[in-house]
Amino acid sequence: MSTASAPVPSSSRKGGFTANAANYLDERTSISAVVKEFGRKIFPDHWSFLLGEVALYSFIVILLSGSFLTFFFQASMAEVHYEGSYVPLKGVEMSAAMASTLDISFDIRGGLLMRQVHHWAALLFIASIGLHMLRIFFTGAFRKPRELNWVIGFTLFILAMAEGFTGYSLPDDLLSGNGLRIIDGMVKGIPLVGSWISFLLFGGEFPGTDIVGRLYTLHILLLPALVVALIALHLVFVVVHKHTQYPGAGRTATNVVGYPILPVYAAKAGGFFFIVFGVIMVMGTFFTINPIWNYGPYDPSPVSAGTQPDWYIGFADGALRLVPPHWEFVWLDRTWSFNILAPLIVLGLFIVIVALYPFIEAWITGDRREHHILDRPRNAATRTAIGAAGVSFYAVLWAAASSDLIATHFKVTMEGVIHTLQALLILGPIIAYFVTKRICLALQKKDREIVLHGYESGRIVRLPGGEYIEVHQPVDEYERWKLVDYQSYKPLMLRPNSRGRITFGQRLRAGMSRWFFEDRISPTTQGELEAAHGHHAPQGELEDAPAEARH
Amino acid sequence: MAQDGNSGTDLAAADDHGRDRAADAGTAVIQRDAVENPGFPPHRKRVTDVNPKRERSAARTVYTLFYLSIAGSIFAIAAYMVFPIEPEDLLSVRLNNMFVGIGMALALLGVGIGAVHWAKTLMADHEGIDERHPVRGTEDTRARAVEIFDEANQESGFGRRSLIRNSLIGALLVFPLPAVVLFRGLAPQDEVPEEVLSHTMWKEGTRLARDPSGTPIKASEVTIGSVFHVIPEDLPGSENMLEEKAKAIVLLMRLNPEDLIEREDRKGWSYDGIVAYSKVCTHVGCPVALYEQQTHHLLCPCHQSQFDVTNHCAVIFGPAARPLPQLPITVDDEGYLVAQSDFHEPVGPSFWERH
Repeated sequence: MSTASAPVPSSSRKGGFTANAANYLDERTSISAVVKEFGRKIFPDHWSFLLGEVALYSFIVILLSGSFLTFFFQASMAEVHYEGSYVPLKGVEMSAAMASTLDISFDIRGGLLMRQVHHWAALLFIASIGLHMLRIFFTGAFRKPRELNWVIGFTLFILAMAEGFTGYSLPDDLLSGNGLRIIDGMVKGIPLVGSWISFLLFGGEFPGTDIVGRLYTLHILLLPALVVALIALHLVFVVVHKHTQYPGAGRTATNVVGYPILPVYAAKAGGFFFIVFGVIMVMGTFFTINPIWNYGPYDPSPVSAGTQPDWYIGFADGALRLVPPHWEFVWLDRTWSFNILAPLIVLGLFIVIVALYPFIEAWITGDRREHHILDRPRNAATRTAIGAAGVSFYAVLWAAASSDLIATHFKVTMEGVIHTLQALLILGPIIAYFVTKRICLALQKKDREIVLHGYESGRIVRLPGGEYIEVHQPVDEYERWKLVDYQSYKPLMLRPNSRGRITFGQRLRAGMSRWFFEDRISPTTQGELEAAHGHHAPQGELEDAPAEARH
Repeated sequence: MAQDGNSGTDLAAADDHGRDRAADAGTAVIQRDAVENPGFPPHRKRVTDVNPKRERSAARTVYTLFYLSIAGSIFAIAAYMVFPIEPEDLLSVRLNNMFVGIGMALALLGVGIGAVHWAKTLMADHEGIDERHPVRGTEDTRARAVEIFDEANQESGFGRRSLIRNSLIGALLVFPLPAVVLFRGLAPQDEVPEEVLSHTMWKEGTRLARDPSGTPIKASEVTIGSVFHVIPEDLPGSENMLEEKAKAIVLLMRLNPEDLIEREDRKGWSYDGIVAYSKVCTHVGCPVALYEQQTHHLLCPCHQSQFDVTNHCAVIFGPAARPLPQLPITVDDEGYLVAQSDFHEPVGPSFWERH
């Protein structure tokens, strides 16, 4: 830097305000190095890469709207008589938290707007994280070197749900109070420590007068700090790894093709932030969310039929509903509540498998190379099928959270809905797995067919001999490359190790490997391509339709 | 275009290079006869690159959107003032919300769509290429890092002086424990959950009263088929009202006495077909608030557990395991329904110490 500092001022001092300001900053921060390093950094373009951006931007919207709300919200469960503008609740005894939330909604200009923006942004935040994770999973973007970033993203997903739930509970209304009651009931069912954890959480017996204040500290201090820190780390890793890219002509494992941060990516990403913000603003303007004034303040006695948590808690609530009766017993003079433990264990296993999946797959393939070219989901058939099974499992649990509404809406028995969903919880993932795997393999075969023989043009030609054929149009080499650029794996051959033994771990890995890669379709090779095209060079055939058609 | 110079063979070579430098491909099939990467396709110009008219029109669209955004912001500020919230006027809240929101949404979408449109139609359209390098440090860097750790180890004696090291690890493991212990204060000092959870404020002679008014209920007021949401008469205004209420809420129903199947030991717990059961679900504690008069079933709206009132509220469907606890009732000399005692078992969700 010392050598550079001399000439820089002389050249830039001639400039106007911008040059002078830049110079002033650089001489104190050496920020020019940052611009040099990152200013023209390349980001590849694809719509699915926007999902993560939606998550990031909706989080910023949450921070902005949430900060506004903190200036008016009272995180206190002190009893007050509501005296605000909403007439039906006038004079009703409620906590200061509920009363201040009503004030935000009915007495502060723009308050309702910010409340609804905050809530919609939170729902969008978690939804976009979920979709972003699915994109990462189905394209194999979690492979080396990005396994740890997957775990960070997974942790963010959990934290986002915690943020959502703590925030949802703050207004101390009837609906959220019942949500807390359910949490309390679940916590109490945990062996050994359950009732103590419940007492520590609520400051004594449920509901107590502490919980809103405690959740508030979590909601606006601890959890956001963790989320911000992990998002920062997540993005640092994106920069260190450089973004993945889909297969495409000219793209390799050692390059990244796309647009530079300055100016194109900055304009697109910056503009996209405003679009996300704008869409959330439209939702906050036109769509009511969480109308606590309809629910009233929390009281342990009333509850309304058709109660529903926010969407992201649905899978947990659904898991509770699907447990068959009587899964609880007294043993060793203690109560074992498997109607609560079973859902906790099943959901726990599910999310642990999600978190560990990258390491499991890496162990099975044994592939220690870096992967920067994304898989098209069909080309990793078993992984895609596993993902589809996981999605169906989650979807059934999620649907179960609306079992009563499904029953009333479609005029079927509630017992029937529950029994159907119980069966689907087991069968759904299995069916989804096999159907998806077959679809993937079929799509791979179709790709292979297109690479070798072109696509069906829809043009039927009658040959002089009376035979009808459909003309096949070959794909150009650039399109073809997208279809052939993928990695296939073969099942692991079981071999004794150096001491002549076959370990259990080896057997397990070989079994898993066979499960993953037994059915596979290799990418088309150059030799096959040439054979399919006969003596013609691939390019020469472009116009030679009848010759193509014989295939 | 820069990328047009990239020929397929160069890229294929780069690909191979990528494979070579990485460690182990595991069970991946390395194809010797792979199709060659054809290199970048020829660049296709956008319509705004070739048609100046379209370029001018795109520029117009972009700045119009930005101006629209300014107009939206001003509109939002104006709406804030023009549509104030009048006390007790819900329409004014709605108008304020809508017009401020429309203005702000316009302001945001104008900037957003304008910037993206600018980038897509007018900014230079050539893709760039960055080269990737392995994430791991270079061999030199790694060697130097190892060396630094070695030197630090030598100079500190961390590996050699095992007693110092292990005692330090021990100290670091133990020092957060006091902080953990401090959190004992989250729950009251003098309460044992098991004891608190095992009792409610019902006791002998407590009148059954309507929820939430607190007016006591006479047995004669309870007609067959009716249901009452019940609290103890002394609950309103009592200390820890919500906590007590969360345990003490009761459902009172009157059935035809011949519909009731009563166990021998509970024969005396009902009064003339009137039965009282805890309203707190034995699953996770929601209020079991829905009563089906015809079937005599109680339904919990949270997770759909169903209880059969004719059969001591036994679970007939859903995730709950235990029947709802029954409150023994009778009438006092004035004809009001009163509790004979507290519940004979803890109410609400199960907990570990319950037996």
